[in-house]
Amino acid sequence: MLGHSRRLLTIVTEAALEGRLVQELERLGAHGWTITDARGRGSRGVRNSAWDASANVRIEVVCEPATAEAIADHLRERYAPNYAMILFLSDVLVLRPEKF
Amino acid sequence: MIALDPILLFFLFGLAAGLLRSELRLPPAVYELVSMVLLLAIGMKGGVELARQPFLVLVPQMLAVVALGFALPFAAYPLLKGPGRLPRADAAAIAAHYGSVSVGTYAVAAAYFASREIPFEEHMPLLLALMEVPAILAGILLARGFSRDVELRAMLHEVFLGKGIVLLAGGLAIGWIAGDAGLAGVKPLFFDLFKGILALFLLEMGLITSTQFASLRRHGVVLVLFGLAMPLASALVGTAMGVALGLSPGGTAMLAILAASASYIAVPAAMRISVPEANPTLSLAASLGVTFPFNVLVGIPLYHALAVRAHALLGG
Repeated sequence: MLGHSRRLLTIVTEAALEGRLVQELERLGAHGWTITDARGRGSRGVRNSAWDASANVRIEVVCEPATAEAIADHLRERYAPNYAMILFLSDVLVLRPEKF
Repeated sequence: MIALDPILLFFLFGLAAGLLRSELRLPPAVYELVSMVLLLAIGMKGGVELARQPFLVLVPQMLAVVALGFALPFAAYPLLKGPGRLPRADAAAIAAHYGSVSVGTYAVAAAYFASREIPFEEHMPLLLALMEVPAILAGILLARGFSRDVELRAMLHEVFLGKGIVLLAGGLAIGWIAGDAGLAGVKPLFFDLFKGILALFLLEMGLITSTQFASLRRHGVVLVLFGLAMPLASALVGTAMGVALGLSPGGTAMLAILAASASYIAVPAAMRISVPEANPTLSLAASLGVTFPFNVLVGIPLYHALAVRAHALLGG
């Protein structure tokens, strides 16, 4: 088979948390991530990114399943209760496994 | 009736467009640029003045506004917690917003004073910058006490390196170093266009304010009452302090405006990180939905009249 199996962790959360989360990702062993501005609506209302306080980001991390789950558990415990945060995991196939 | 200043018409226009659910919106990058220009311009104006006078003379004023910014949340908190029946974290976070200042309100006041040729101490931006921070520390103390789980380093970074403070401080430094003559080259952008840029900023502020009205409807009277009463009370304290410090009537009015204004940029960001269990919707509904429009539409002329009256009474 061509691809190697890895886990994709997607975090959609408040832009205010971005700096914090990047530190956490580094500490928990992620090798890289991609951050994009995002907007949408959920249980905490419309987050339309019109300005800082209502801006959202989407952070995507591809890594080993164990790392992804460790990050997800930590974020869920530490941030999810008080912040607008959505976490989900999906299986992906990567072509260059040494990068993740 | 006196015609409303066009910049306030821009604010009302944004408010109306927002309430009608128009698609109108300033692109985020433009909003960012507009607020950067305002902060830098305000900072540079103050910096130029700092270069003109001995710094030591200003120390009593600087200490006084830091103390004021720190004290106001402690006055606001019991009101919110007792009669307002808000949970501790929410009361503390809202209180912090009201100890800090709103640069937008200051900018509108500066434009109002300039158009009426009311003189005031030009180093006000220094006091403005100083008053942004202490309330944040007060808010954290109110929410957490002296507990050790406050992450001091992250918090201080958030507080002192927030965009607003950095730009204001940078503007102050640039103005101070370059001086009036040195700034001639950048004057067309930062000073001549100030009112036009402020108008764009207020258009967006109107749009943002309109989004707060929905949460006001949900969270009701407490926020509206507090959002109106607190700036009035703070303005009285600011006026008294201005007279005591020997400021001019214009300067006294400015200090009252600083005291009355409530933060909606620096403090929300800091509170989000430091007191995450506080509901940010409540603070923003009060500071943006009630206090900001009240201050720019009614408050500024009112506080100026108050300062003039106070000076007349006390023979200042």
